[in-house]
Amino acid sequence: MNMPAIKTEPATAIVTHAAAPVATPVVTMTPKRPPRAEKYSKMVKDTAVRVVPPLIVIALLMLFWELVCQRAGSTLPPPSRVFKDTKELIFDPFFDRGGIDKGLFWHLSASLQRVALGYSIAAIVGVALGTLVGQSVWAMRGLDPLFQVLRTIPPLAWLPLSLAAFRDGQPSAIFVIFITSVWPIIINTAVGIRNIPQDYRNVAAVVQLNPLEFFGKIMIPAAAPYIFTGLRIGIGLSWLAIVAAEMLIGGVGIGFFIWDAWNSSHISEIILALFYVGIIGFVLDRLIAGLGKIVTRGTSAG
Amino acid sequence: MQAYLKLDHIDKTFTRGNASTEVLKEINLTIDKGEYVSIIGHSGCGKSTLLNIVAGLTDCTNGCVLLENREVNSPGPDRAVVFQNHSLLPWLTVYENVRLGVDKVFASSKTRSERDAWVMHNLNLVQMAHAKDKRPSEISGGMKQRVGIARALAMEPKVLLLDEPFGALDALTRAHLQDSVMALHQKLGNTILMITHDVDEAVLLSDRIVMMTNGPSARIGEVLEVPLARPRKRLELATNPGYLKCRQRVLEFLYERHRFVEAA
Repeated sequence: MNMPAIKTEPATAIVTHAAAPVATPVVTMTPKRPPRAEKYSKMVKDTAVRVVPPLIVIALLMLFWELVCQRAGSTLPPPSRVFKDTKELIFDPFFDRGGIDKGLFWHLSASLQRVALGYSIAAIVGVALGTLVGQSVWAMRGLDPLFQVLRTIPPLAWLPLSLAAFRDGQPSAIFVIFITSVWPIIINTAVGIRNIPQDYRNVAAVVQLNPLEFFGKIMIPAAAPYIFTGLRIGIGLSWLAIVAAEMLIGGVGIGFFIWDAWNSSHISEIILALFYVGIIGFVLDRLIAGLGKIVTRGTSAG
Repeated sequence: MQAYLKLDHIDKTFTRGNASTEVLKEINLTIDKGEYVSIIGHSGCGKSTLLNIVAGLTDCTNGCVLLENREVNSPGPDRAVVFQNHSLLPWLTVYENVRLGVDKVFASSKTRSERDAWVMHNLNLVQMAHAKDKRPSEISGGMKQRVGIARALAMEPKVLLLDEPFGALDALTRAHLQDSVMALHQKLGNTILMITHDVDEAVLLSDRIVMMTNGPSARIGEVLEVPLARPRKRLELATNPGYLKCRQRVLEFLYERHRFVEAA
């Protein structure tokens, strides 16, 4: 961008450059800062560019949905009906009339608690097993085929077995979350550990880090980008699995809320619940991605 | 006088399945304390393998490495390595990279504040104290290598091993860094073993140049003393007959008697 400007008047450029240090007294050049209003308007503009297009698309889809479902005899309610039917649920998510007759907040928080517990166990076990498989050739030979088979089993197929083992819905749901999300964490961690450059291992050897220090100071940071890829896939899968699992085990939870709404033909409530499930899944994904970004700062660049 | 570092009848054979390749054969070398020795040879002659054996990162098939008359066969901070591609940990700052080694080596002999001061002292030696809070991705290649040198020096090694330390740098940065290493050697009196494939670099920096024959079964072909007084000045040496003679000897060895044979 600068090139043409320099080329057009090379003589003047050189002259001023040479003369400047000799003749001119110190000229204070305060960098001109853009006025605050300008900065804000730029920020608003940037936000608008990202927010407006999806809003337009959503509005169009809503309109389409409204038009399609407004006819008499349509099986699904249009958005206006959904809003009218679920107003109470939207504006009062905190009510609690005992049993499973609670606000959506309680259902969602129950589901999130199960996910948090199952996913945390999966993260710890996944990173530990992944490290083992990544580090030891024998562990990989022994365990990898097992993992490859087990990971293809659909989450819900585990549910009857875990119900038989735990004889209770709560731990069974948590187990299903765990077993669903642990595989991508294991596999990605193992790949990350296997890909640690020999240079880093040499450094650790020369400095004589013990195995524990090597794990904490070299392995985990070096494999962090891979680990977080696994964690991100895992959180998505566990949120997928929880809704299905809760439909079957019952009790408080967004999955059973949907099932219950279906049984009492409250289609609008199902749609509202789906909306929340989608938003929360999105937030969880962003959360792990953001965490990964903070933790792996600087790791990827050599 | 007892040798400080002694490579005693070292052979190295790599075996994969049934095929085995003899890389090094009968390497004997003694290095005195404070000496600067370079190993030069064509690529693939096993000079990096030799350095890794001294560092303890690779086991030798026969023979042994003696440091102050004690056998060393595992890596340790007494033989700190400056790696060719700097090998700084990208998730640590410059300071933390140096501190990692210092914390291990001086865990019991220095207090926290002493270790901190020692890290800064070593960063100052290589003129990198100003960048202590930067990450490796934020500094130039030459600066990274400086930090790599500081990390190695900070472990107070008995022998400093340099594995083609300037190979990945541009010519100007390389010259600058060579001067820095010479100054450090002058000041600290380290014993240094350096791998290089640059004739000028070898003659400029070394007290002795070890020339390796081509592999497989590379041996030490010739050892050349460089009888130039220190401190050496790059510009003055350019016309110094002693320098030119040494340079000529190394060039003859590499390009006439042991010309690099392309693997067919």
